[in-house]
Amino acid sequence: MADTITLQVARYRPESDSAPRMQEYVVPLRADWAVLDGLNYVKDRLDGSLSFRWSCRMGICGSCGMTVNGEPALTCGTFLVDYAPGPVRVEPLGNFPVIRDLVIEIDDFLRKLPKVKPWLVREDEHPFADVEFLQTPAELEAYRQYSMCINCMLCYAACPVYAIEPDFLGPAAIALAQRYNLDSRDQGAHQRLDVLATAEGVWACTYVGECTSACPKGVDPAGAIQRYKLTAATQTLRSLLLPRGAR
Amino acid sequence: MSKLASESTTSEPGRAGRYRAPASRMWWLRRRSYVLFVLRELSSLFVAWFVVYLLLLISAVRGGSDSYREFLALSGQPWMLALNLVALAFVLLHAITWFNLAPQAIVVQIGGRRLPAPVVAAAHFAAWAVLSAIIAWILVGAR
Repeated sequence: MADTITLQVARYRPESDSAPRMQEYVVPLRADWAVLDGLNYVKDRLDGSLSFRWSCRMGICGSCGMTVNGEPALTCGTFLVDYAPGPVRVEPLGNFPVIRDLVIEIDDFLRKLPKVKPWLVREDEHPFADVEFLQTPAELEAYRQYSMCINCMLCYAACPVYAIEPDFLGPAAIALAQRYNLDSRDQGAHQRLDVLATAEGVWACTYVGECTSACPKGVDPAGAIQRYKLTAATQTLRSLLLPRGAR
Repeated sequence: MSKLASESTTSEPGRAGRYRAPASRMWWLRRRSYVLFVLRELSSLFVAWFVVYLLLLISAVRGGSDSYREFLALSGQPWMLALNLVALAFVLLHAITWFNLAPQAIVVQIGGRRLPAPVVAAAHFAAWAVLSAIIAWILVGAR
């Protein structure tokens, strides 16, 4: 195994560049080094001006998502040896405006996320502090998969619908809506329906399925969206056919 | 506004200084899954064509034996056969991808356990086979 590998890193400096350009760095190739370790080596030893986001190094904070050799990936969980002998192309996540180098603007996602009320909505008046809500293992299992989302936005980078239709609510926001809709403690499903069952909500999805392939946490947003389409269609039929009290 | 933020380098409207990659018209050729997706979207046109074709058949049948013979002659034209073969391929793609999607949307719980996805898909394919067999029997067997 060669002891170095070349990183081709997208550089974009808004004060002087009109478009990103690629810059090459040679970094040590070690069996336990992820792409993020290579970037940190560049930042520490070769070029302190390189900008990128990272935090936990263990696939839980969701900040180090980038495009590695054309695929959206968490750079902390993507290992350099898997790309040997290289080079490895590192670019910012697709479908997002680039602020600088590998840093993208996430405002759009942060604006959309609260729309689906990703928290436990209760209609009764008990404050949460006073009561205990018990759940069976089966009730936990109903939403557990969707609760694994770390908001890394790889699914948005993989989604061609989001690229064409920037108003699309998007895979992660809908999967997180389902995380609460399917929680036995939550009572907010009908409030989320108004956001989800719209042309910019689940109906914008044409089931490409790339969000699920890109998800590093096994959340399956595509599955969540298709499942919600059935729920939304059933709800619409019920509201058309049944009297108000029986819905 | 600072000097830095006021210098716009984007060609599209957006916040100053942000770079937005231009959208490529050929984006759907980048991945196999994107190509499959675009073909599946396109398949809806052929589904619509089959509906039109069926309506033409019904109209021909209503018009008596002459118009029915005309319809048969039209259907036998090489270009019509080619069109219908292409349409059939697209409708099969449409149906198969649709049935493979079904387990994603339909969650069946039996005795507290989720029915495995292949079972849900298999049930759909089985229903399709049974209905096709019944129609084939009506068309061919019951003469």
